[in-house]
Amino acid sequence: MHQNTAMVQQGQLVRLVELNRKKLTIYINGVATEALEGDTLLTVILTHQKFIRKTEFSGSERAGFCLMGACQDCWVFTEDGSRLRSCSTLVQANMKLVTPKATP
Amino acid sequence: MTQPLKPVIVGAGPAGIRAAQILVAHGLRPIVIDESARWGGQIYRQAPGNFARSSKQLYGFDARKADSVLFAMDSLLSKVDYRPNTLVWNAEGGQLDVLHEGHTSVVDYTDLIVATGATDRILPFKGWTLPGVFSMGGAQVALKFQGCAIGQKVVFAGSGPLLYLVAYQYAKAGANVMAVLDSSHFSQQIKAVPSLLNQATVFAKGVYYLAWLKAHGIAIHYGATPIEVMGAQSVEKLIWRNSQGVHEIDCDAVATGYGLRSESQLADILGCKFVFSNSENSWIPQKDVAGRSTVQHVYLAGDGAGIQGADAAEWAGELAGLALIEDGQIQQQKNHASRTDELAKYLQKRVAFGRGLSIAFQDPQNWARQTTDDCHLPLRRNYCRRHQTVGTIYGGTRCQPPESNVSGWNGKVSRKNVRARYSSTACRLHSSINRKSWSS
Repeated sequence: MHQNTAMVQQGQLVRLVELNRKKLTIYINGVATEALEGDTLLTVILTHQKFIRKTEFSGSERAGFCLMGACQDCWVFTEDGSRLRSCSTLVQANMKLVTPKATP
Repeated sequence: MTQPLKPVIVGAGPAGIRAAQILVAHGLRPIVIDESARWGGQIYRQAPGNFARSSKQLYGFDARKADSVLFAMDSLLSKVDYRPNTLVWNAEGGQLDVLHEGHTSVVDYTDLIVATGATDRILPFKGWTLPGVFSMGGAQVALKFQGCAIGQKVVFAGSGPLLYLVAYQYAKAGANVMAVLDSSHFSQQIKAVPSLLNQATVFAKGVYYLAWLKAHGIAIHYGATPIEVMGAQSVEKLIWRNSQGVHEIDCDAVATGYGLRSESQLADILGCKFVFSNSENSWIPQKDVAGRSTVQHVYLAGDGAGIQGADAAEWAGELAGLALIEDGQIQQQKNHASRTDELAKYLQKRVAFGRGLSIAFQDPQNWARQTTDDCHLPLRRNYCRRHQTVGTIYGGTRCQPPESNVSGWNGKVSRKNVRARYSSTACRLHSSINRKSWSS
């Protein structure tokens, strides 16, 4: 499985501090993606891409908003179908997440 | 013989923690329910355990206070029934319905302290749902809780003390702050100085952040309002306006917020009476000096019942705890009456400061009239699908305008409603212009 490097530059979030944490690997749409221990799922996803999900209303991309569990705009699915609030769920090694494809 | 009290505290921020401390000191063992994984609330939010920054780095000038509040809860852990990661979604007949890790259950209470805190007050503008637009508090969480900036080139747009604080924290951490757009006018801020000086240290901190930003060459614009965020799939630029005209800034992230808004939904579900606060321009649950709501055995403390800040939240939490002890006819400690008076005095002083803040940081004028028809304005779930934009609200005859800031959230159902908790201010402002047009 190749490393998800092509997308690194396209992340929305930028890591500024707390960089010396243990590295973990998770899988976003089957692609191995680097995370740091203590990251939320939102942080992992948005340091690699610009959005998390598509809204059920218009289908447009969303990337969370409040980051404190109130706005419901950062839901993410795991491969086994459970739904998590990505801003308030801490990453665990080998998690398998699914995000939709970007609108071309 | 009276029934033993079963006190429950909702919220483990500064108010909830200080309330818990009082109850424990009087021999009670409260249940403390909190939505977060760790205590501290939003203001003293703790970073994950393996993060290395000191509390000085995390909380700045407030490090000592943060340490004190966080330590207080730490030493209470064995004396309270602490339930983190738990959400209260309904309350009825002395029972709370709670959700924890996907499972619902019921918590009984005889007495309830509601210390639910606040979130950002949001005034939507066109394009605010694009990836890259975050709430002001969210931008702060990204940095404080995750060590990240919300983008490479960040604009801060809004009003209120958090605007300058977060912009300062970002710039200091090495983020690229493109501009700070303050919707209020500098002259208003000068006017507010006398009442702000009431809390000189808080005022001084604000002045410090502003001076720091200016000294580091960061552009600060007053009377500035965002018009539209543009970008194909995420933020590429922000169009904004001030008295000189319309401008644009190249950016990939926008943090926005106009002060804070009480998380008053639980008080609403509990049937507490609400009053309109002119200084906050919103409805807040009514309470007496000590925090007693209009519903017996329900106490309100902290920003969830009107925005007064973290220090006031600590006092109000302690005061609500003391009121509960008094009402429950529990053996009072010797200094009970004098401490109650002292805390009430602190809070009274804080009210004047709050008034000053509302003068200093004003909402953009005529916001509701100036929003364009294609600005997304998510309402209650049952309105959501049909009435997603400002245009459809006025265009659709089926839709009754929501009547207050409380109505933005269909509290008893769930919180699936996307961003609806953030639309309440907008709904109220829109409903007020609707009412005007009906009467004219």
